[in-house]
Amino acid sequence: MSMIPAQHGIWIAAILFLIGLLGVMVRRDILFVLMSIEVMLNAAGLAFIAAAAQWKSADGQVMYIFILAMAATEVAVGLALVLLLYQRFKSLDTSVASGMRG
Amino acid sequence: MSTAFYVAAVVAVLATIRAITHVNAVRALLYLIVSFFGVAVMFYLLGAPFAAALEVITYAGAIMVLFVFVMMMLNLGPTALRQERGWLAPSMWVGPGILCGVLLGELIYAARGAQTVPFTTIEPAEVAMALFGPYVLGVELASVLLLAGLVGAYHLGYRKRVAEVREKSGAIQEVA
Repeated sequence: MSMIPAQHGIWIAAILFLIGLLGVMVRRDILFVLMSIEVMLNAAGLAFIAAAAQWKSADGQVMYIFILAMAATEVAVGLALVLLLYQRFKSLDTSVASGMRG
Repeated sequence: MSTAFYVAAVVAVLATIRAITHVNAVRALLYLIVSFFGVAVMFYLLGAPFAAALEVITYAGAIMVLFVFVMMMLNLGPTALRQERGWLAPSMWVGPGILCGVLLGELIYAARGAQTVPFTTIEPAEVAMALFGPYVLGVELASVLLLAGLVGAYHLGYRKRVAEVREKSGAIQEVA
């Protein structure tokens, strides 16, 4: 009988989430920002699964399915926006879309 | 089994760090796919084989492939790589790194006290019973969300029939 502490799973989810947050804050390229958001969503899913392992319920996997559906939707719309941004500005820098500044 | 869990965890964390620090977008994406595989192994070892299969099939197999398609369409060249290297100066990582380090310390301190439980697998049948039982409203809402995403992505990707030349002359015409 192997024992994996659910606490370690939550800690690893926290580490992955904060790596994703670091990526969102530092990178300027919009594709990398989207990838870092995916990392954060995946880490949240891992936290749910680790918690469900402790309480032995199926709710964690159910929440993970919902997170997956939401991530798929967000990626579809986000990548359409990326293509529009590239079409308009010929660059993937997030600071070129500054028409509303000032 | 425990060592496999920690090995997969190390692989996932290292691949994720490499994914956010790489200059080349396609290589960063490949590292991200490796990270998702590591997390899928962790899911399986935490007793969630259905979630592990879903992660590999849907997350790494569909969503990341969508990313790859878009990157291939954008066809970024060497100029983009030089631009990325200019943006990734080490001084840029210090501030956010400190903030994230503080948050990590807080999260690890706050998430103490979980128990160590024996390994038990939650079968897909249980997940299905939960999805068709208490969570059926959530399933319907998720399908509505997917429909909204579909309509939104279609509308955003629709190419106007009148070219951008007309826009420059001030007459913006949209063929709906």
